[in-house]
Amino acid sequence: MSALVEFDDVAFSYPLPAGRQAGFTLAGVSFAIAAGEVFGVIGPNSAGKTTLLRLLTRVVVADRGEVRVDGRPIGRLAHTELARQIAVVPQDMPRPFPFSVEQLVLMGRYPHAPGRFFESEADRTQAAAAMEATGVRHLAALPLEQLSGGERQRAMLARALAQQPRLLVLDEPTSHLDLRYQAETAALLQQMNAERGMTVLLVSHDLHLAAAVCDRLLLLGGGRVARLGPPAEVLQREVLESVFDCAVVVEVNPTSGRPAVQVAWPVPAGRR
Amino acid sequence: MSASGRLALALGVLGLALLVVAALALFVGSAGLSPRAVARALAGQASADSVESVVTLQLRLPRVAAAALAGGALAVAGVAFQGLTRNPLAEPSVLGVSSGAAFGVVLAQVFGLGLSVLQALGVAVFAFAGALLAAGAVYLIARVPGGLSVPTLLLAGVIVGIFFTSAITVLISVVDFNRLGGVVHWLLGNLAPIPPGSLALFALLALVGFGLILRSARELNLLALGEEAATQLGVDAARLKQRVFVAAALLTGTVVAFTGPIGFVGLVVPHMLRGVLGQDNRLLVPAALVAGGVFLLAADTLARNVVAPAELSVGVITSFCGAPFFVYLLRTRYRASL
Repeated sequence: MSALVEFDDVAFSYPLPAGRQAGFTLAGVSFAIAAGEVFGVIGPNSAGKTTLLRLLTRVVVADRGEVRVDGRPIGRLAHTELARQIAVVPQDMPRPFPFSVEQLVLMGRYPHAPGRFFESEADRTQAAAAMEATGVRHLAALPLEQLSGGERQRAMLARALAQQPRLLVLDEPTSHLDLRYQAETAALLQQMNAERGMTVLLVSHDLHLAAAVCDRLLLLGGGRVARLGPPAEVLQREVLESVFDCAVVVEVNPTSGRPAVQVAWPVPAGRR
Repeated sequence: MSASGRLALALGVLGLALLVVAALALFVGSAGLSPRAVARALAGQASADSVESVVTLQLRLPRVAAAALAGGALAVAGVAFQGLTRNPLAEPSVLGVSSGAAFGVVLAQVFGLGLSVLQALGVAVFAFAGALLAAGAVYLIARVPGGLSVPTLLLAGVIVGIFFTSAITVLISVVDFNRLGGVVHWLLGNLAPIPPGSLALFALLALVGFGLILRSARELNLLALGEEAATQLGVDAARLKQRVFVAAALLTGTVVAFTGPIGFVGLVVPHMLRGVLGQDNRLLVPAALVAGGVFLLAADTLARNVVAPAELSVGVITSFCGAPFFVYLLRTRYRASL
């Protein structure tokens, strides 16, 4: 399998007001995502997960090192070209204007014909298929405001599918969802991977979800790669305790056989 | 119905409305002409120096054209500023951009620029610069990481507006008043007849601004998802924002240069259209061009006739409509976002 995404010794820091010490948000980050893989990025708050995602989609540009998609440095790709390779499902989105679900999903067709004023019939067919796949076709005409968190998530996923990307990126896909929708989302992204051969990058706090669906995990801690490998290798008690700075218990989920991480209650005396 | 079908229908209905209002504006007025006399003048059957000819062709017709142009340009600028700031309450006068442009115009008049075509172009350049300056200032004041905050944006607009209005007052106070003849009337928004050459220039500049915004309409839809999401969908957000920003300032500056700072058209018209057509900028931008013309033409016809034989400034009518409308929106639909 060839690498679809490569991070090669990438470093990045956000510009700070004058006089303040600039700390790297990410430093020395190297990894590769193979085509067809389900890859997870996990780590504590402010470990650099979101920054990694922004670097990959060229919202920000690396200070050092190189990010490559399909072997090409992303700086050489046009924005539309990158958007045909990578689609992002955000956690949520601002909604200053009440666009309908169908209008949102059709926006995913933009990178395929940016010069077109109205979408073509083929674009509308693609959008309909994407809405069908995530089960929001019956909501097509509704404004996004009237959707529940779970429905909105699936509408955003449909928009990403309409983009027909090779890599599907999900940013905290289960943060607003109850258990049933979490399970549905996990099933859906496994289905995308299995049936369409779509490579999936999952960025999440949710260690259960990451452990259950990912082939490999990248654990970020303090802007660096703390561990990279299959879930069983990454989700080990000592590793997690040092990165998250809290006591944990690692068990095995009886149905999946994958690691299941929990916080150790009560917090042992001497810690915090 | 497909989006293009809805656009065609909307433009058809609005075009018809524009014709009706334009006809009304041509036939009604304080000169007391009979409809037949107006028709004769329009058909070219009256002698060139007859009263009906002068009133119809030299006073009313250019005024109808100026009103339709100004209204259309302001409404399109409103849609553009709303998309750009991702704030449905943004609009040239609310953002203080009109005041910036007005300052540019008064400054141009201090330098003695008048109404010949070349001089009118000079005035428009000053107005455009003023509009850019004001819009830039508002943007810098209201910018927060990741976007613009709604309350700060509105406050910044008010503050920048007050600043430029004060600057205008200073200019009027220190400069010989005769050189600024009519400026007070103009500052309220005044659709006095514009000579044909200048009218053509007005139309040309408005068309350039409209074209730039229409071209960006699809990308403006994507910008509503936020700059980051738009970038991830393939939009070059920085270039898009620059283009729309310049075009909206050009539209505002042009209107202010030729007709004065007429307020609230860019708020009222887009909002009525949003209610009917939805949020797609590809429908809103062209529809606003026509609907803005209808609205301002109707307002001006009212302004000419409501206290006849005297005349109100059209800006008074639009403000009387727009200010309560703004308050209504603030108290109902956008309560949560403030």
